[in-house]
Amino acid sequence: MALLNEPPVRADGLVRTFGGVPVLAGVDLTVEPGEVVALLGPNGAGKSTLLRILALLLRPTSGRLAMFGVDAATAAPELRRRIGYVGHESLCYADLTAAENLDFYAQLFGIEDASARVAELIAWAGLEHAARRPVRVFSRGMTQRLALARAMLHTPDLLLLDEPFSGLDPDAVAALEQRLLDLRLAGHSILLSTHDLDRVATIATRVAILHRGRVAWAQEGGAPAMVVAAAYQTVIGRRA
Amino acid sequence: MRGALVILRKDLRIEWRTRESLASVFVLGVLLLVVFTVAHDPEPDAAPALAPAVLWATFVFTGLLGIQRGFLLERENDCLAGLLSSPVDPAAIYVGKVAANVALLAVTQAILVPLTGLFLHVDLWPVLPGLAIVLLLGNVGFAALSTLFAAIAVRTRAREVMLPLLLLPLLVPLLIGTVSATRGVLAGGLAAGGDAVTVLLAFDVVFAVAGWLLFAYVVRD
Repeated sequence: MALLNEPPVRADGLVRTFGGVPVLAGVDLTVEPGEVVALLGPNGAGKSTLLRILALLLRPTSGRLAMFGVDAATAAPELRRRIGYVGHESLCYADLTAAENLDFYAQLFGIEDASARVAELIAWAGLEHAARRPVRVFSRGMTQRLALARAMLHTPDLLLLDEPFSGLDPDAVAALEQRLLDLRLAGHSILLSTHDLDRVATIATRVAILHRGRVAWAQEGGAPAMVVAAAYQTVIGRRA
Repeated sequence: MRGALVILRKDLRIEWRTRESLASVFVLGVLLLVVFTVAHDPEPDAAPALAPAVLWATFVFTGLLGIQRGFLLERENDCLAGLLSSPVDPAAIYVGKVAANVALLAVTQAILVPLTGLFLHVDLWPVLPGLAIVLLLGNVGFAALSTLFAAIAVRTRAREVMLPLLLLPLLVPLLIGTVSATRGVLAGGLAAGGDAVTVLLAFDVVFAVAGWLLFAYVVRD
């Protein structure tokens, strides 16, 4: 398996087309261990497609993808144990309770002492009061916290978060932001897509702007929000 | 196979809690039985001869409904992505879904078979063991093929129409085999439907292996 210091993501010229239409047109992106990379870009820039490829849910049409130093095309099952993915949807069954959903995924990941891990994550997500309720009755904020807990079940080295702040009220955004900061401090690598520049400034260690299926701008080191905003306006042609 | 068992348990738990598939499949099944019986309006002596065709035509349509609902479960909240992002082999996901569908079909049949006997004046009790084997073989073949195609259809826009359009032509050999085997069993026990049972068995093996091998390509983009 991969060495610990290998980058969680090393994408070279990733291309993905749908029905002949290119959504990703050659993405080059590296995420180093412990980095939090924010992926900015307008709707249709290819952020979700890129994250689904990195979550090993989509195959790239061409290009090379190495994750933790391993070719993603050849070692997918083992790599999945090191990746947590939160998409636009919760990936949780609406008719199961929060605890049942986490227990189901814990069994799929073969987690030992699943019930203890589920209880731990229910508490981490602040869902103790709702653990026995079906997900169908959850608010957007509760669902998002559950989705994050689900992605954290197997303690992944890399978290992929697709617009995790969308649809959340300010309190829920602040709570989620704190949880992501906790994960960053714990050494998890995170790649998240967002439109929210304020969150980028707080959480991210690096920013990349995706435009027309390519990484059009990337800055090393923590980028102040104003710099990112100016770059976004230059690259995209309008404000974030 | 641990993954398949986990998925089977999850599907059965959701079905037990909501009873959505069972309720709709049961109501549709009873309605189809009534419609087929009334449409033929058979004399009491001739009615038992209709039983195999009525039984399996009913199972095909109710099964289509049930299996489609089983995959919509995975579509809601993008749960299929949750399954595929786990380290479980897609073939195990297929086996779990097929097993859940076989269980659903078996429960449906446990209700509809006695009703068919009642409507069409067939004494099923003496041939029950042979009939149970034919039903099981038919279920496995149906679930193996339809689970694969439900995974394809659920990703299309006109999914309610696509599944029957894709599946029904391929089900014809199975339907011929099950009707023939059921007719044989009703006439003289399992031995009388021997050849048809062998065809069913072959059908099950071919489509289960095909589904096992192809499922990963069907569910991943």
